[in-house]
Amino acid sequence: MELTGADIVVRCLQDEGIEHIFGYPGGAALHIYDALYKNDHVKHILVRHEQGAAHAADGYARATGKPGVVLVTSGPGITNAVTGIATAYMDSTPMVIVSGQVATHLIGDDAFQEVDAVGITRPCVKHNFLVKDVRDLATTMKKAFYLASSGRPGPVLVDVPKDVTAHTTEYIYPSSLSMRSYAPVNKGHPKQIRRATDLLLNAKRPIVYSGGGVVLADAEEELRELVRLLGYPCTSTLMGLGAYPAGDPLFLGMLGMHGTYEANMAMHGCDVMLAVGARFDDRVTGELSKFSPGSKIIHIDADPSSIGKNVRTDVPIVGDAGRVLADLVADIKARTQKPDEQAIEQWWDRINEWRRVDSLAYDRESELIKPQEVVEALYSATGGEAFVTSDVGQHQMWTAQFYGFKQTRRWINSGGLGTMGFGLPAAMGVQMAHPGATVACVTGEASIIMCIQELSTCRQYDLPIKIINLNNRYMGMVRQWQEFFYDRRYAHSYMDALPDFVALAEAFGHTGMRIEKSGDVEGALREAVNLKDRLVFLDFITDQTENVYPMIAAGAGHNEMHLHPGIGAPPRERELA
Amino acid sequence: MRHIISVLLENEAGALSRVAGLFSARGYNIESLTVAPTEDRSLSRMTIVTSGSDEIIEQITKQLNKLVDVVKLLDLTGGAHIERELMLVKVKAEDQAREEIKRLVDIFRGRIIDVTDSTYTLELTGTVEKLNAFVKALEITEIVEVVRSGGTGIARGDRVLAV
Repeated sequence: MELTGADIVVRCLQDEGIEHIFGYPGGAALHIYDALYKNDHVKHILVRHEQGAAHAADGYARATGKPGVVLVTSGPGITNAVTGIATAYMDSTPMVIVSGQVATHLIGDDAFQEVDAVGITRPCVKHNFLVKDVRDLATTMKKAFYLASSGRPGPVLVDVPKDVTAHTTEYIYPSSLSMRSYAPVNKGHPKQIRRATDLLLNAKRPIVYSGGGVVLADAEEELRELVRLLGYPCTSTLMGLGAYPAGDPLFLGMLGMHGTYEANMAMHGCDVMLAVGARFDDRVTGELSKFSPGSKIIHIDADPSSIGKNVRTDVPIVGDAGRVLADLVADIKARTQKPDEQAIEQWWDRINEWRRVDSLAYDRESELIKPQEVVEALYSATGGEAFVTSDVGQHQMWTAQFYGFKQTRRWINSGGLGTMGFGLPAAMGVQMAHPGATVACVTGEASIIMCIQELSTCRQYDLPIKIINLNNRYMGMVRQWQEFFYDRRYAHSYMDALPDFVALAEAFGHTGMRIEKSGDVEGALREAVNLKDRLVFLDFITDQTENVYPMIAAGAGHNEMHLHPGIGAPPRERELA
Repeated sequence: MRHIISVLLENEAGALSRVAGLFSARGYNIESLTVAPTEDRSLSRMTIVTSGSDEIIEQITKQLNKLVDVVKLLDLTGGAHIERELMLVKVKAEDQAREEIKRLVDIFRGRIIDVTDSTYTLELTGTVEKLNAFVKALEITEIVEVVRSGGTGIARGDRVLAV
């Protein structure tokens, strides 16, 4: 049967098993919207700004592992989505963006709402296409989903001119395809795996450094099995939290700029590091010349270009994290040699000394609401089972530190690009994917304003998100840097003329609460979580002066952390063996 | 160190800008870049002359391979190879200089491909070093215009870059 290009786009989504897409209509996309109107399988969620559509699809994808889908129009439609696409790109989220384009005969004429979508998105997509012939449309859509979801995932844009959506052709959705120029490697090289096992079994001071790639590969079981088999300490990046459960004795917490003392000291002092699905980001490594001196590094990654990019690697293994870890476990089990029990015990003794520093301590006696206590109370009010999104800044770090994630895909934040405004629309995507689940968006009064219009979308689709606004009347992380590094010159980090968030939430048709006393925190959270059918905006008036600790300043190494002033100096370090 | 990287890529609109964009976005050097379709019209062959430390060159080849349009690549510098560049030069050629320039062109095994009363247009093919040496030698007259194609290359012997 012949279909129009617009019908083909929608049928491709249907045949790809896509249930929800996020978008905003406009001239060049109207044929596609008309096709959606006639389709019962693909549900479209109308956002209030295209950035929101991209973040919502991103949140949806991160919470499910399935590709998120965005539909926008040409010109400002796609440019508004670019921040969301770049956010997805930096965190390797599988996403397909369909953008309307002006008709092919107008391309290059500076037509109304024309922008070079392929050109403008090129640096922030895994790949993109301009479809000039309706006969190429179905195959291109198939390629887009294949590229977005395989290897190291990422966003893929399909730009479709309006006349192409009107033309007709026979519709055949390819069941599979092969591309001569694209063949992701999934199985790790057996020789490299044997070398990795040799290093791991001979280690005296090992550490497992796990990242977002483990989440993307759904490799948490394999990771847990490996860590428990060896009994080695495990730390995680911001993006990998939940893959190894917080609270487990082998878990050292998050590492990096705001990582725990024990995680960073162990990274600094280790002799063998197994990095899996992590990319040695500058927020993780600190000053590269001081990073983990004297360790041998095994690096497992789906993307060969991540290996050796920032840090020299002794054993590179390209492959899918789950498959490589499973092969590694099998190889370790097949060996007669076991880990050096005595050395590992001594290593744990060191680590436990570092743990006793209690680097996440904060003043629990304060009458002011401490942001950390709000996150801890959120954990208990939700039984640690919530899906938690965040924006970017101090609240993001406190959430990472204090909500002990025990499962993957529960912690959804913009780690790579650091996009303020991500939290609320991402939470919409998560809530669409998991209608019955508790979805909390931990945010700050600066971040939440950046995509506040999405409160209207939440009303339209009855999304009962809990917004936890840690309101310190400052762009907190900016203020913290200005306090530490700019001699307390708080240039434009103060949020003057803030709205009344309770009234604002109510104006959008939601429930608002303001919490000003420490004693009211837990009760308010429990009440909000129990309001299962409503979005609740909780405005917590928090201590303005609280900072995120520990902190590794620019140019410093992992062993040069600033600790909370209340903790005092850490115990003197013995020389590393 | 200077490297010559040959790349086979899909002959698609935008493939060139993906490569050019990669080099500018990541701050890699490009000394020259040439591209043209191959005998298989679905493929283009690109030659990139670049420079950098071993780590940078490793990243360049990995990042190029990561581009979905790139089918295959070969760092020619890793083995024996032949490098050629084409140059067209227009020079002032008057009075006795005409003879001198002609002798110079013969020495460098170039050709005079166009002549006017006052100019010669010269063609020369060779390695970058040879072309540079020729330009230097032409200081005996006034150079009006220089056009260089950028380096291209092919591996010696059995080593090939083909699909």
